[in-house]
Amino acid sequence: MQPIEERLELVYFKVDKTPHIRLNREKCVECDTTACVHVCPAGLFELLGGEMHFSYEHCLECGTCYVACERKAIEWEYPRGGWGVSFRAS
Amino acid sequence: MQQFDAIIVGAGPAGSSAALAMARAGLQVALIERGEYPGAKNVSGAALYAPNLLAELLPGYWEEAPVERYLTRRAITFLGQEAAVSLDFRTHHFSRPPYNGFTILRPWFDRWLASKAEEAGALLITSTVVDDLLYKDGRVIGVLCRRQDGELYAPIVIAADGANSFLAKKAGLQHEFRPDEMTLGVKEVLRLDAQTIEERFNLSGDEGMSNEYVGYATGEVKGGGFLYTNRDTLSIGVIVQIASLAQHKMRAYDLLDQFKQHPAVAPLVRDSVTLEYSAHMIPEGGWAMLPSLSRAGFMVVGDAAGFVFAAGLFLEGMNFAIASGLEAAATAQLAHADHDFSAQSMARYRKRLESSFVLKDLKNFKRAPAFVNNERLQNVYPELLCETMENIFRSNGKPRRKIGRVAFDTVRRKVPLRTLLRDGWQAGRALLF
Repeated sequence: MQPIEERLELVYFKVDKTPHIRLNREKCVECDTTACVHVCPAGLFELLGGEMHFSYEHCLECGTCYVACERKAIEWEYPRGGWGVSFRAS
Repeated sequence: MQQFDAIIVGAGPAGSSAALAMARAGLQVALIERGEYPGAKNVSGAALYAPNLLAELLPGYWEEAPVERYLTRRAITFLGQEAAVSLDFRTHHFSRPPYNGFTILRPWFDRWLASKAEEAGALLITSTVVDDLLYKDGRVIGVLCRRQDGELYAPIVIAADGANSFLAKKAGLQHEFRPDEMTLGVKEVLRLDAQTIEERFNLSGDEGMSNEYVGYATGEVKGGGFLYTNRDTLSIGVIVQIASLAQHKMRAYDLLDQFKQHPAVAPLVRDSVTLEYSAHMIPEGGWAMLPSLSRAGFMVVGDAAGFVFAAGLFLEGMNFAIASGLEAAATAQLAHADHDFSAQSMARYRKRLESSFVLKDLKNFKRAPAFVNNERLQNVYPELLCETMENIFRSNGKPRRKIGRVAFDTVRRKVPLRTLLRDGWQAGRALLF
């Protein structure tokens, strides 16, 4: 399997300083499904030592994580206009 | 105060078509796009069907538009773990204008279509997110952009803001999505020279092929795969139900890797170079998840309204987007002529869609999305079909039995006859009659 990081190197991102995704970690603590970890097509969520970590920088802006999250722990909005992912060849 | 006749949020096929039609009719139109350029945030397979829709506004547009190949060959492939059975169709009736469908690349095509709206007089505002709607007495009267003095006003706002459509939700028209009604598509664009594509896919000149895959394409996860030919690239991807992906704890990009390595797929993508990876959510729930489509001063079009026709053999969205954009534009023109932007006036949009293929197809095939997600259709029948073919074709020096007997025995071992008949009936109800 090709590591996801290699794939993301092919994608152009203009990374904003402020994240457009926020996690309500109190809700994550009680979560045993961790759907976000599996469904995110950029592999941005990771459970480390019982705590959910995530990065927003390489977000493909699909919205799958907040739809999959049963606990509604993910606050998700679009990045600032012109920022975030820009697909070029798709 | 910035005042327009109409504001359209989102410069994809739905929004740009609406903007183009309204600008041609003499309305002052603002077309707002959150990407750096139209298409920057947009992902499709991408096959654009019903090319005649746009030709009404842009006669012969395929001569100048960035279309990749016109589709003359369509195949549906049932994948087993190590086998494949295809229904492969080609017709040269689809190789003449107005054609039947094109493959396109969205960053190019969407930019071109938006430029046509601009040429007609629409004001394209890029790099701008719309965060909310503005209301007066329950009527939508404008939008709030995420920038200083971000209020823009118009008696009509059209939400063409795509699959996530926060505007349709904010307007109270769409519910919060469930993971069983949305799918995730992940895709790669692979470079391969044009001649190799034509030889490998048995195409001449600008002909193209779309191939849909069901069964082992996505392992046990509900979904399917696709492979489209562009001019000198291939678009390959898998589309998976979000609920099923979470349940099986699988990663979509690993499924895409597996799909690319399947013995029936690997030779087709051999020696290609991956140019880009992308992902997008698709509202595949169909008729069952349709939102309310309008309210006073407001209409929802394209993916934002869930206008995706995912019915097994068919996987279409952009033609539904364009048609709904054009109907919204026509409704806006009527509303301006009558100076009536009430809920009643806007409701004419739905009436128009009901007499177009947009709602007719979604309604006629309303059983299809549930049927396509049938566990056995996804994970049992494609393998059984492959096994049956294998048993029919196997040549090992032993006497052969007649084909019906072989098929019957192969299937009966895995699926009780009653279940098979029930599924057959449901397939019929979903797609045939």
